[in-house]
Amino acid sequence: MQKLAKPIVFVLAVAPFLWLAFRAYSGRLSVNPIEDITLTTGIWTLRFLVITLAVTPLRRITGWNRLIQYRRMLGLFAFFYATLHVATYVVLDLFFAWDLILADVLKRPFITAGMVAFVAMVPLALTSTRGWIRRLGRRWQLLHRLIYLSAIAAVVHYLWKVKVVVGSPVYYAAIVAALLLFRIAWMWRARRRSALQAADA
Amino acid sequence: MLIRTTPPMRASEITDEPVYLRRREFIRLAGSAAVAVGAAPLLQACAGGDVSADFAGTDGPAVAAGQTPLTNVKPKVVTTDEKLNTFNEITSYNNFYEFGQGKDDPQRYAGRMTTSPWKVQIDGHCNKPAEYHLEDLIRPHQLEERIYRLRCVEAWSMVIPWVGIPLADIIKRAEPTSKATFVAFTTLYRPKEMFGLNEPVLDWPYTEGLRMDEAMHPLTILSVGLYGQTLMNQNGAPIRLVVPWKYGFKSIKSLVRIQFVDRMPQTAWNKSNPREYGFYSNVNPEVDHPRWTQATERRIGEFRRRPTLMFNGYGDEVASLYAGMDLRKDY
Repeated sequence: MQKLAKPIVFVLAVAPFLWLAFRAYSGRLSVNPIEDITLTTGIWTLRFLVITLAVTPLRRITGWNRLIQYRRMLGLFAFFYATLHVATYVVLDLFFAWDLILADVLKRPFITAGMVAFVAMVPLALTSTRGWIRRLGRRWQLLHRLIYLSAIAAVVHYLWKVKVVVGSPVYYAAIVAALLLFRIAWMWRARRRSALQAADA
Repeated sequence: MLIRTTPPMRASEITDEPVYLRRREFIRLAGSAAVAVGAAPLLQACAGGDVSADFAGTDGPAVAAGQTPLTNVKPKVVTTDEKLNTFNEITSYNNFYEFGQGKDDPQRYAGRMTTSPWKVQIDGHCNKPAEYHLEDLIRPHQLEERIYRLRCVEAWSMVIPWVGIPLADIIKRAEPTSKATFVAFTTLYRPKEMFGLNEPVLDWPYTEGLRMDEAMHPLTILSVGLYGQTLMNQNGAPIRLVVPWKYGFKSIKSLVRIQFVDRMPQTAWNKSNPREYGFYSNVNPEVDHPRWTQATERRIGEFRRRPTLMFNGYGDEVASLYAGMDLRKDY
């Protein structure tokens, strides 16, 4: 069972992509398929960012430390969907019109935010290998805090994109905020404890 | 719904006339009105490339449940050589937030709206305020086929063969007074049938407005059908406004009230976000939405984006309405 867990998580994580590909191939997308692909890959990026960010709080609350085994794969899936999302925009939506893309990224805050979220994920994906973890040592953890920036930028990107800010983008913003606040609270607790221990000594 | 006097117009009858070949756009509107707005040439035709404006390449018009064929429609009052969007495209991809915010929500849920009987109230500054049954409102007027481009503020577009009557006909019947400088429109508010109304997405009911000269413009119509059939609910059945040179949200759906007012009326999207949605909301490739470009659009059914045209390509007819105005300020 233990051995099967990872492949199962992998299959579940790749399933949204396969389902999207199937819908595209079989003509089950809407009459604006590029929009469907953009929205689907975008929302799954955000979902995997949230799931990845949830690993540490869940471990701390439940004490179920095995969860850490899945964190890298989940994070890489966030990057996988983000890459598809950006590729959809560059290739399918604007078809390599780099001048328009550059203007979009510079002029439109919502696209700027999305690009920040994506770019911040690139070094994380590149340094996700065992070799890089070893090489970077303590700095690895520091570097990988970039996921906080990525998640915040992704949520801002979503909030800015919709015409009326209700429902789903608000829920995702709240979840990301809760996951980040948990970390701050945990850090404070750890500090207070060590301060108390120092006082005891 | 509407009284049937002649056999229904078939799609194949209203297209495919060689005389229109090599003409990109063909607009024959009520003469006096066209002159009044300075569009003197009654018959407008610009030279264009090869043309194939028949419905043959499309999968419409299927008769969906609840639709009735519209009869006695004057064909090709406004037409174009551009490829029409299919019936499926026009009826499966809609913005109608009263039925949810997804593009496929209206198709799924708009069927719950009862559209018969339907009354339209006409009031405000006019000599003949009245509440009409839809049939009585439409019957005295000649139904016309108007093939218009529809440009959504979200940067997608379609070409739609509407059937309707000029709004000006209705306005004249109501005899607005000199105080009537604007026209305000209201969509049906019936939360039991329109679940989106239970969410505070916009300040319900949906409202829109036009300046009197915009409302009287011969291109402005009240549509009751498309592809020769009565409207589907997701397209704003049983009667909706169509203003082809403005972003789609100005063309208010499922209309229940037309009110003559003496000041610029508040409109739903403008109230929601005045910086992004102006009262005029003319299609303008040079004035971007604060969050995205309006310079290009995706025609539904096409892969590459295409440039957006000033006034959605109706500049010859409507630009004079805005002479002297700064359209960057009055967006």
